[in-house]
Amino acid sequence: MVVKRTMKQLLRNYQLYIFLFPMVAYFVIFRYFPMYGVQIAFKDFYPLKGIWDSSWVGFEHFQRFFRSSEILMVIKNTLLLNLFSLIFGFPVPIILALMINQVLRMKFKKLVQTVIYAPHFISTVVIVGMVSLFLSPRSGVVNSIIKSLGLDPVFFMARPEFFKAIYIISEIWQHAGWGTIIYLAALASISPELHESAVVDGASKWQRVWYIDIPGIMATAVILLILESGRMLSLGFEKVYLMQNNLNRSASEVISTYVYKVGIQQADFSYATAIGLFEAVICLIVLMSVNMLAKKATNTSLW
Amino acid sequence: MNVKARSRSDILFDIFNYGLLTIVLLIVLYPLYFVVIASFSNPTLVNSGQVTLIPKGINFEGYVRIFNDKMILTGYGNSLLYTALGTLISVAITIPGAYALSRRELAGRNLVMYMIVFTMFFNGGLIPTFILVKNLGLYNSFWSLILPVAVIPWNLIIARTFFQTSIPDELREAAQIDGCNEFRFFFRIALPLSSALIAIMVLFYAVGYWNTYFSALIYLKDETLYPLQLVLRNILIANTISPDMMENVEQASKQLEIASLIQYGVIIVAAFPLLILYPFLQRYFVKGVLVGSIKG
Repeated sequence: MVVKRTMKQLLRNYQLYIFLFPMVAYFVIFRYFPMYGVQIAFKDFYPLKGIWDSSWVGFEHFQRFFRSSEILMVIKNTLLLNLFSLIFGFPVPIILALMINQVLRMKFKKLVQTVIYAPHFISTVVIVGMVSLFLSPRSGVVNSIIKSLGLDPVFFMARPEFFKAIYIISEIWQHAGWGTIIYLAALASISPELHESAVVDGASKWQRVWYIDIPGIMATAVILLILESGRMLSLGFEKVYLMQNNLNRSASEVISTYVYKVGIQQADFSYATAIGLFEAVICLIVLMSVNMLAKKATNTSLW
Repeated sequence: MNVKARSRSDILFDIFNYGLLTIVLLIVLYPLYFVVIASFSNPTLVNSGQVTLIPKGINFEGYVRIFNDKMILTGYGNSLLYTALGTLISVAITIPGAYALSRRELAGRNLVMYMIVFTMFFNGGLIPTFILVKNLGLYNSFWSLILPVAVIPWNLIIARTFFQTSIPDELREAAQIDGCNEFRFFFRIALPLSSALIAIMVLFYAVGYWNTYFSALIYLKDETLYPLQLVLRNILIANTISPDMMENVEQASKQLEIASLIQYGVIIVAAFPLLILYPFLQRYFVKGVLVGSIKG
């Protein structure tokens, strides 16, 4: 009976399935098939033998990674870079959105929004290019200022101690503005009556931000926090790789850049896949723990 | 007395708020503005920090050299092609798929949705994807820049939410009673009502394709296939400017100056297509964030 009804429904909506088909095909081929390929993390992959016929080696590649002298540096860099990005980067769009939401002059509001969204669309290559131009010890603006103060120029991009700060500040500069959109949408959906009655009761602007706006966007913020922490470890690879050089490597080598070097440049496929899988699993664990914590603490969660 | 004190705190709040936002505005704007003026100012003055607010020693040597460079022109052409083709394919897969997933009648849609969302948080990783691309024969073909990233789950969720919230069920039911089938309803009624969504999808995908460099770095071997971003990477980050671009520049110090002039210039040239699109598309931005729940 149920089967019959489902069949009937399938037939009636076959046109919808035609719409769906290319997308499902895409996800099966390009997103799920690589997951099948993950098994080479437990095998010795020979391209001629293919994924299936390569021989099993168990956890050998993982053990090799855990024994390698670079693992500590790579994991430490990955965790710190992501943690600092989250701590410094996450609150900025929220604060900006709360501020923009309080602007009543529409022209100014529009101007601010137009300008701060724009950097989001600049490519990573160009952003890193701009950063290196500005920070160049010979000709950069920043060093011109330093030199005019009578100090020695600093080669920022080559100094490991500056790497994370440069990464995070340029990241905030580029994306914080765009990040406000989602919070502005959440703020716009707060009932105006709340604000009106608060005004009647004599609440100041500051109090309305604190007692109406912030609680009003809390759920959005929590969801975004979970999402961010879920893709934390894998994001930012392109930019880290572009900013990386031999001199700052001790601060800039993260798991994903390491996988690229081992896997693509040295063609050590199985080993690189194992490291990548290790990262992906940690990612998933972080996502699930944050989601669980959020559920307990605020009753908001992804699932 | 009390009311007055309160309004004074509101005035203070406003002063603080407008002041701080103005500073934010300048922080975002100034680096962009600086790149623009530095791209056609005298590089000696730029590099010694004498160009700050107005361009000085105006010359377009950097641009002349950029537009005479074959690598940049080829890269530009390639990127335009990849972006146009990729955006077309991505939008053509994402929008109908999202529409189908927005329909409650579709059996198994929650399962499909969960399968898709799962890929946002877990994937096979770099190497298995690389092996797949090689096995499919896409290595060293521009299809490797398009097909593996043809659908971005996040964009799909946005599109689905749009259909769920802005195409009322009643509309479809009425059309169905009049004998309108699914295809006809989608193309004649749903799509024309979705211009904002199409605009935002085109923008998101186009920006993604235009800005990508990493897939090109791992999948492309022939320099003639390089997209603009990979060419830019060599100029901006590896600091390798082709000797052709340095034609007629003998002195090393002069070469360095021309190099930075070219670097500022290519940033502007690379951003140009987006600068043109941006004002037209930005009114649709808010639509681009309405994300609904996965289940439903």
